[in-house]
Amino acid sequence: MLVIEQMDVHYGIIQAIKGISITVNYGEVVSLIGANGAGKTTILRTISGLAKQSGGSITFEGDDITKMAASKRVEAGISHAPEGRRVFPGMSVYENLELGAYLSKDKAKTKKSIEMVFGKFPRLAQREKQMAGTLSGGEQQMLAIGRALMLDPKILLLDEPSMGLAPLLVKEIFNTIKEINSSGTTILLVEQNASQALALADRAYVLETGKIVLSGKGEELLKSDEVRKAYLGG
Amino acid sequence: MDVPRTVFTKRNLVWLAVCLSIYFLVFFLRSYGILGNYHEITIAQICINIMLAVSLNLIVGFTGQFSLGHAGFMSIGAYATSLALRSRPDTIGFLIGITIGSVLALVVGVIIGIPTLRLRGDYLGIATLGMAEIIRVVFLNLKITNGAAGLMGTFRAANWTWLYLLTVMAVLAINNFVNSSHGRACISIREDETASEAMGVNTTAYKIIAFAFGAFFAGAAGGLYSSYFYFIKPDLFGFLKSIDMLVIVVLGGLGSITGTIISAILLSLLTTILQDFSSVRMIVYSVILVIIMLFRPQGLMGTVEISHVIDKFARKDKEDANTVS
Repeated sequence: MLVIEQMDVHYGIIQAIKGISITVNYGEVVSLIGANGAGKTTILRTISGLAKQSGGSITFEGDDITKMAASKRVEAGISHAPEGRRVFPGMSVYENLELGAYLSKDKAKTKKSIEMVFGKFPRLAQREKQMAGTLSGGEQQMLAIGRALMLDPKILLLDEPSMGLAPLLVKEIFNTIKEINSSGTTILLVEQNASQALALADRAYVLETGKIVLSGKGEELLKSDEVRKAYLGG
Repeated sequence: MDVPRTVFTKRNLVWLAVCLSIYFLVFFLRSYGILGNYHEITIAQICINIMLAVSLNLIVGFTGQFSLGHAGFMSIGAYATSLALRSRPDTIGFLIGITIGSVLALVVGVIIGIPTLRLRGDYLGIATLGMAEIIRVVFLNLKITNGAAGLMGTFRAANWTWLYLLTVMAVLAINNFVNSSHGRACISIREDETASEAMGVNTTAYKIIAFAFGAFFAGAAGGLYSSYFYFIKPDLFGFLKSIDMLVIVVLGGLGSITGTIISAILLSLLTTILQDFSSVRMIVYSVILVIIMLFRPQGLMGTVEISHVIDKFARKDKEDANTVS
């Protein structure tokens, strides 16, 4: 469904992504893992249109979206929960979710989506009127994921959902991601937490300084010596 | 969040009544001579400052785009109105001038906004400052605007009715914009531009819309100014004028229309009162600003509106009534 071919991204004169090709099929969970600065976040930002690429192409459901504006990509069904949660701190949980469905004109459907999110994250329902900036880290992450689900996207781009969370919460978040995937949403996941990410993923790519060095099935990579040495600590 | 869709709700009727009573109160006080010309000048200043500050708040407070060039848009409206009143010194000339001036300010806002709104924070502030200076220098050098001497003896078409009507219209328009889904999009840009873009908000478009909309009402305020105070010159619309407006907005609370109105009234009154003590005027004014910023850094109202406060009390009353029964 999502095909990236020979993608280059530059920040100024520094090339962050060097000719990367990635394919995501319908219904899959695909993980991108790699060290800090490998370019994981940049790839997600380029897919959602927040960063501009300098070479290569992106095809989504058969259409070339390389030059499409970020807002149009959301409309096409690509939803991005950006790194570091990025909720709107001065707005209530409810308003944050409403903004997630900003592109939808259908008020009734928005309400239904909010209920769906509250069903998935009961904690958010309790905090409906609270300012998002006053939520705990885990709750903010739930809100960021919930907000990204508001438009019922075809593909969800998740950027380090486990960042800064307690191990128990990480487990919870990963379970939710699994649920979201089994209800039909394709997921492209970027993670530092390699073991969790690989266990969840159907397929995965390993990145190093802007290049793909390894790819394959999640469980295979989990067992591979190279990955174990580099990311899983022996 | 359930805003009734009909126009004649209880709330709207109450606001209409409040607006009308303020109008007639001032009107009668004027005709009985309790408020003299001197007072009317202060009132005019208040109305114009409210328009300028509320429209600047849309840009700085709600959309979060730091602008130091609001005086530039004001001057466009002021010159257009002055020139129109020159060729047709009556109310119709005034209305034509103020319309052309506001639309022109809006167009300039769009033209300037497209390249500069890609900048963020301080950089945008400096770019808008430069833009206002360019506008000022253009007026300084054009023949039709009479250079540094400015335009004098403009026909006074603006009176209390026009001042009040246009101010109420500007506040109403901006308030409705802010509370619409478009306004929500603007606020989301202030809260987090990246996240807002990831939600599918066309951030560039909304920044330009807010900028142009703010410029439009600044132009209208400039039109009122030129027609009420007879006299305009390029110096009036310099850097300090933009700072004045920014002070009102920051003092009232970034993102609160109520706060902006309150602080516009307070600061205008303060300026008038201190006029008699000209030697210490700037000191007292500055000290008051410093004190308020120390004790209320979020501004007088923060992001709270008077309607929120009323809603809260109404809800509390209802809850109290429920617990009693």
